Amino acid sequence: MKRASLLQRGWVIVPILVALVITALLLLAFKVSPVEGFGAMIRGAFGDMSKTLSVTAFWVPMTLAAVGLVVSFTAGLWNIGVEGQIVMGAIAASWLALKLDVPRGLLIPLEMLAAMAAGAIWAGIVAVLKTRGKVHEIFGGLAFNNLAIIFTNYLISGPWQPPEGGTFRGTSPFPDKALLPLLGDSRLSPISVVMVIVAVVGVFLILRGTAWGLKLKALGKNPDSAFLLGVSSERETILALMLCGALAGLGGAVRVTSWFDSLRQSISGGIGYLALLVVMLSAFRVAIVPFVSFFFSAVLNGSITLQLRTQLHSALGGILTGVMVLLVLLFGDIRTLRILPGQRRKKAVPDE
Amino acid sequence: MKFKKMWVVLASLAALSLLITACGAGPVELDEPFVFGVILVGPKNDRGWSQAHYEGGLYVEQNLPGAEMIVFESLNPADKPEATLEGVVDDMVAEGAKLIFTTSDEFEEDTVGAAEKYPEVVFISISGDDAWAEGQDAGEAPSNEGNIMGRMPDMKAIAGCAAALTTQTGKISYLGPLINFETRRLAASAYLGARYCYQEYRGLDPDDLEFTVTWIGFWFNIPGVTLDPTEVVTGFLDGGTDVVLSGIDTTEAIVVSGQRADLGEQVWAIPYDFEGACDEKPEICLGVPYFNWGPSYLDTVEAIATGTWEQSWDWNAPNWDDLTDNDVTHVGWVDGPALTTELKADLDTFIAGLADGDINPWTGPLNLQDGTAYLADGEIATDFQIWYLPQLLEGMTGPSE
Repeated sequence: MKRASLLQRGWVIVPILVALVITALLLLAFKVSPVEGFGAMIRGAFGDMSKTLSVTAFWVPMTLAAVGLVVSFTAGLWNIGVEGQIVMGAIAASWLALKLDVPRGLLIPLEMLAAMAAGAIWAGIVAVLKTRGKVHEIFGGLAFNNLAIIFTNYLISGPWQPPEGGTFRGTSPFPDKALLPLLGDSRLSPISVVMVIVAVVGVFLILRGTAWGLKLKALGKNPDSAFLLGVSSERETILALMLCGALAGLGGAVRVTSWFDSLRQSISGGIGYLALLVVMLSAFRVAIVPFVSFFFSAVLNGSITLQLRTQLHSALGGILTGVMVLLVLLFGDIRTLRILPGQRRKKAVPDE
Repeated sequence: MKFKKMWVVLASLAALSLLITACGAGPVELDEPFVFGVILVGPKNDRGWSQAHYEGGLYVEQNLPGAEMIVFESLNPADKPEATLEGVVDDMVAEGAKLIFTTSDEFEEDTVGAAEKYPEVVFISISGDDAWAEGQDAGEAPSNEGNIMGRMPDMKAIAGCAAALTTQTGKISYLGPLINFETRRLAASAYLGARYCYQEYRGLDPDDLEFTVTWIGFWFNIPGVTLDPTEVVTGFLDGGTDVVLSGIDTTEAIVVSGQRADLGEQVWAIPYDFEGACDEKPEICLGVPYFNWGPSYLDTVEAIATGTWEQSWDWNAPNWDDLTDNDVTHVGWVDGPALTTELKADLDTFIAGLADGDINPWTGPLNLQDGTAYLADGEIATDFQIWYLPQLLEGMTGPSE
């Protein structure tokens, strides 16, 4: 059993390696030496302290969202709406940052709480649409993602537009007291790293050691049996999505109060979708998520340097990560994927 | 005697040719490669704003051996959430860039920060005003940051004139992007050009001319976010408009009008931004105002390479002698195939008037849209008044903010 689980963990490396080989071939096809290409990527991600801090700063909201997604995936739910939940969190935090005049020590916690509440509510609506309205969470989530983005655009071009007129870029910068304290010139706030650690440990403990975690697993593996065993699928579905929404919303708050200093037109720009890929590549294991997420952030940030160095399209980083996820889904151990909705009928009884 | 004369002629010719080579072209030669960065908000092949900048960079490479461009495309949070202007600048400087063009008003604020971080590198914030000593944001740019913009209002006045000369229904519509100083100033300029030509060359009352502006919300269509430009143009034409001017980066105005023309309607369009924009539907295209960044980019690179660059805010005028000479003009106007010879004669008169200063559409009396007086009778607008136009003008239909 030990051996198997070690192997299970080890296989995460395989698609990464295969994807690296494919990317290397791609680089060769464009007449770029893979050594130079990957070298540029590594320098772009870790070449100096400011780059590493930038990688970490981008990693924070993506990891928060991904950790949340582990919860909803465990319950067998595809929370595509995570992108919109990030955006709503950003909007809620921005609202307080722009309008509330209280001391910093109070303002920042309030921003974070408001963001979590907004993300949770946004996810909760999708959940209720699923349980009561029979709207699949993928479709509900997509619709609510668009609504959140439209809402942002309305705010920055309407009521929250800067006094000098809208450029569609974003709101005026928040006052300093509304912003998370940053490390030097970077966009990374140490407080946000603490949030990630708390989120990872918290979700790990919830899924591992609580009755609610067990209920989610049961629900994810077989909703019908779970229902017969007394698990309320409606309540668990709503709560799982809301917890995910809260963490995603927190990620949105980090985005506006540390990466940016204002609400911007594309405040997330697809971080939620990246988080979905991160969770899939992590085989839905919360302990692996932070590392895979960090790898994603490094690849994306490294791609900027890669593009400048080689003048190739910077989508190369996206191709690299995309190929990895595809490989995991194609060749990944079916047993680790059993919690996916499509596979849940295969085993009625959990074997752990 | 004859012989002597020939010598004189030959000698003067030789001297002249020496003189020409010395002063005329005066090519700067680079002792070492000069790397410059160009940061684009969109893709480098968007057939619009970003492509024009990319081609400006290529022009420098072609005309100055040793100049080498590094370009970063699509720097916007929707396409690249992980990228920041600062991060891209860090990388460009690491690659040896001594000059960086940041080519969007979205980058204006961050460019100031980057310029402060790298005082040895020159930054040109395109379309900005932070380096304008008389501007509203004077003093915001550090001394290693300059601004460049082409004087597009002149070209928009020509576009408005062409529209007014052509319209049969007396209804012209302007497909606007988002509302800010730049877009208000361009729409207003088109309107002023239209009024002038409607009155002077057609002998009609300019107050009868209907000029409607609809803002879609951004520089191009974002489904679900902006108004759909296809629908907006359809609405224009359904309402009796027969000339549509585009102020956005993409081609909907000419495409939709072209489809209506295929159905037998008499409609025309004037696209924007990109020299080749008429190609979409030449037979209804009256012309296109476009940006040409090559000359100003080249001047900047040469000035830095020779150590003569100084901070400035350049609002570069067109080359009036030939508005399509891309070696010298900063903004251009190309006549479209749909412009009739007869109308072209009037348009050329208008252009000649603009060129020698006899005509200035920005001459008072001029009221803002809400009726406030902006220019007194005979008063000519300053650059400040044109740049920072606070509203649309009286007589224009459409929101000012």
